[in-house]
Amino acid sequence: MNAATVTAPAAVPSTEGRIGLRANLRHIGALVRRNIMQIKQDPESMFDVLLMPIVFTLLFVYVFGGAISGKGNQDVYVNYVVPGLMAMMGLSIAMAVGTGINDDFRKGVMDRFRTMPIARSSVLVAKIVVEVGRMLVAIAILLGVGFLLGLEIKTSVLELLGAVGLSLVFGASLTWIFILLGLTMKTAQAVQGMAMLVLMPLQFGSSIFTPPSTMPGWLESFTEYNPLSNLADAARALINGGPVAHSVWMTLGWAAAITVVTAPLAIARFRKKT
Amino acid sequence: MTRTDKNAVEVRGLVKHYGETKALDGVDLDVREGTVLGVLGPNGAGKTTLVRCLSTLIVPDAGHATVAGYDVVRQPRQLRRTIGLTGQYASVDEKLSGWENLYMIGRLLDLSRKDARRRAEELLERFSLTEAAKRPAGQYSGGMRRRLDLAASMIGRPAVLYLDEPTTGLDPRTRNEVWEEVRRMVTEGATVLLTTQYMEEAEQLASELTVIDRGRVIAGGAVDELKAKVGGRTLQIRPSDPAQLAAMARAVTEAGLDGVGGASAVPDEGRLYVPILSDEQLTAVVGVLSTHGFRIAHIGTHLPSLDEVFLAITGGKTPPAPVGTTIPEEVAA
Repeated sequence: MNAATVTAPAAVPSTEGRIGLRANLRHIGALVRRNIMQIKQDPESMFDVLLMPIVFTLLFVYVFGGAISGKGNQDVYVNYVVPGLMAMMGLSIAMAVGTGINDDFRKGVMDRFRTMPIARSSVLVAKIVVEVGRMLVAIAILLGVGFLLGLEIKTSVLELLGAVGLSLVFGASLTWIFILLGLTMKTAQAVQGMAMLVLMPLQFGSSIFTPPSTMPGWLESFTEYNPLSNLADAARALINGGPVAHSVWMTLGWAAAITVVTAPLAIARFRKKT
Repeated sequence: MTRTDKNAVEVRGLVKHYGETKALDGVDLDVREGTVLGVLGPNGAGKTTLVRCLSTLIVPDAGHATVAGYDVVRQPRQLRRTIGLTGQYASVDEKLSGWENLYMIGRLLDLSRKDARRRAEELLERFSLTEAAKRPAGQYSGGMRRRLDLAASMIGRPAVLYLDEPTTGLDPRTRNEVWEEVRRMVTEGATVLLTTQYMEEAEQLASELTVIDRGRVIAGGAVDELKAKVGGRTLQIRPSDPAQLAAMARAVTEAGLDGVGGASAVPDEGRLYVPILSDEQLTAVVGVLSTHGFRIAHIGTHLPSLDEVFLAITGGKTPPAPVGTTIPEEVAA
């Protein structure tokens, strides 16, 4: 056999072959397009985004609305629960990513991506871009249903957009958590089970659906630190007026903390996954 | 890039263990530029692990490998620019159409929109997929899928192409189509590392062969050399009187014909098997049997199967893992 020297070109700096920012954006663009094409091919995958805001809003306004705001006062509850549901949309959609990514990543196409000269993070970033887009659609529908049920913007359009933006930022950070879960768990079902276990207490132990002042003291203090409460309170204040700063900063802080911790872990996990 | 005296792929002492399982246990091999190296081995031999190491999907535990001069561990980014991968694992997106798949890969390889579009159409045309271009790849037949896989791995005009069992699970006609394409790529100057379970496939496509089993190289060399070692064909002889099998085997073996391997009698089948290299040896064997006065009822030849290649190479000491054996079972052996 050929006994040629096996020395690799040693002088090559380790940064050679690094992917530049523009190339990276182009790759993310191509991968976003892939995800959109998949949705086009499989429109059912948008059902959750289209139906969830309608079903949840109707359900909560008509089932709990009377109990919380008094019979016949459902329209008061609309202004309470719709901003809260903005927080929940992000969570529910992010949760679906965990199961989806688990399926997606077991298919051969991921191996092809990982043998291509692209930053491995771009596959995940593209996924997040698409999910944030899906959240935006869900929130738009949620607001549409809200307006039909009597939602009133007591502040300004600008502040409403602020509430939407904040929900998307927080939703994006949640998506990293579920991508990490999806990459760590073996099956989609395991992801689903795990997600439910964590989410139910977080969702209901928050100010999304009911004012925490009606809860026992220990639970009330829990809700204060629950990021979903922070987001719900922030969105509520941005739509209904009231002190905004604390809850907005808390939400942004949570979003930053979650992203800083889970995004690198998810990317490392993706890189190592065999 | 087509200097033929240079190695496009060099692998030295490559090791990859999964717990107790030695998927790769010190593999050495070379692929010269512009040639096809066939890596032959049964299921679980380590072929796919090898390809995954060489395409930066997994990091080897020890040893090293370079592809187009780039180290698989230290220079993965540069290496990924030079390779194309087709196989059981690296595949296309089933929900996307053939065109969308190729266009996406073109864009990921930094082609401009226009170039990506042109390249996609060019390759669809070449692989006879133009008509199916708009259909989701999930609806393609097995052969079409494999052709799309090949097209996808060629978009970046890779210097080195890995084909990981490209025809496993295909019917003979589609297999021929894939072989045609591979031959064409090679005439265009590609260097190919082909893994396969089929001796026939290796013979059809490769100029050199490396035979691996349980993560180790057990034989290697030019296809002709290896065939000489294995016996190009096997002569099957059915005597009129099955009771004479043992005597016939002894007669052939004792005759010591040049280039004729030892005869083996298989009483269950009532057949005698003799590895031979050429037509003259066939005549010689029949000659020996006739001078001893044995009567022959039927005679035939067949190409060696992978199992027989293994038996010949290992001298029957390590029977090959039967097809379908998984890696853990191999370790237990």
